[in-house]
Amino acid sequence: MGPKGEKKTAAALFYKLKRPSTLQHSQPTSTTMVVKVYGPVFASPKRVLVCLVEKEIEFEGVPLDLLKGEHKDPEFLKLQPFGTVPVTQDGDYVLYESRAIMRYYAEKYKSQGTDLLGKTVEERGQVENWLEVEAHNFDPHVFNLTLHVMFSSKLGIPRDENVIKESEEKLSRVLDIYEERLSKSKYLAGDFFSLADLSHLPFTQYLVGPIGKEYMITSRKHVNAWWNDISSRPSWQKVQQLYPAPL
Amino acid sequence: MATPVKVHGPPLSTAVSRVLACLIEKDVPFQLIPVNMAKGEHKSPDFLKIQPFGQVPAFQDEATSLFESRAICRYICEKYPEKGNKGLYGTNPLAKASIDQWVEAEGQSFNPPSSVLVFQLAFAPRMKLKQDPSLISQNEAKLEKVLDVYDKRLGESRFLAGDDFSLADLSHLPNAHYLVNAAERGELFTSKKNVERWWGEISSRDSWKKVVDMQKQAT
Repeated sequence: MGPKGEKKTAAALFYKLKRPSTLQHSQPTSTTMVVKVYGPVFASPKRVLVCLVEKEIEFEGVPLDLLKGEHKDPEFLKLQPFGTVPVTQDGDYVLYESRAIMRYYAEKYKSQGTDLLGKTVEERGQVENWLEVEAHNFDPHVFNLTLHVMFSSKLGIPRDENVIKESEEKLSRVLDIYEERLSKSKYLAGDFFSLADLSHLPFTQYLVGPIGKEYMITSRKHVNAWWNDISSRPSWQKVQQLYPAPL
Repeated sequence: MATPVKVHGPPLSTAVSRVLACLIEKDVPFQLIPVNMAKGEHKSPDFLKIQPFGQVPAFQDEATSLFESRAICRYICEKYPEKGNKGLYGTNPLAKASIDQWVEAEGQSFNPPSSVLVFQLAFAPRMKLKQDPSLISQNEAKLEKVLDVYDKRLGESRFLAGDDFSLADLSHLPNAHYLVNAAERGELFTSKKNVERWWGEISSRDSWKKVVDMQKQAT
């Protein structure tokens, strides 16, 4: 698995691929079973990549440069009308929103690779619970830090120190709750690694790396142990090797 | 006969009402346990045991304790697939994926600006809090752009995820209801032909009417 030898621009691929108008509801064609993932160097698509590696599903990254505004290209907006990444293309089947994509593949290939959804309906409920926590309580603050600390100058937006300060404070309170949770439970949804933990990988890697706030993790004993555990998974190592972060 | 599931929180809360709508669609008996947020009950040690972020709703059944409204909705659909509206979370993987995609779109693109507007326009005045005009206009602009995308989609598809009403549409009901009925922002929905048609359909569902009744009784 991994990227093909030749570099393909997103635009070139758009013209190569045939796209029926009701693309969304086409059946996936499983002849090649290689899932295309747009924007693989960026954080949100990396959630999908780790999931696909864990599930032993072949994929191919399709370059899309957000820093050059390629996500606002009209051809891309036909695939993803909100203009964000990731988008996946499985034959003619197109899906977007990283957490929706992860759920689909984790469920479709439940019996293959790592089980990321828990074994029972109740365990699945816990996975959904903490995946939503990541989406609504964790991600907004770490996303703001990513935007202002890492990307503001590249995107030509003013770096807002107030937003940075507020986001760190809010994230700190969230991590205190994680600390309590992880003192009772090895992983977020229970004693098993799941989509809920996985979803934290890309942006937390930014937090401890280029954002420069590793202390937020290392100062919390159980969060630190959890982070060391999940970030050392071979799947995460592999994804980072294949698609190093843009900054 | 199974014990009714428990939902903790005030019916006026958008997130609580999302869960109530789902329970009613799925015909799952429930007990609503009030949480007086004006008195800070959602930050009490007892409540924090079932929702450590101090937010509503919290949910309990015989088997588990959960929070986050969209997670609770998914759990209800998966635990009771044969009850009530069987297609609410799709009856096959592709339908389910499409629903998840649009529930995510609601959570990531519709909810942030609409929540700010609901708070600023519907709740802040009642709580005698000062409104922030620039926050209001910024979020109105964001929401307009999101609804442009919705209008295009709803010109191609009867409901967001496909031909049938689903969790994806349901997830929008709480915030949209307040925007239309308590914040004088109905025009956001009526100015776009397909969004207007969709809003008319989903808001007139019996399940949502029952939730609105519960909200009225609570005031």
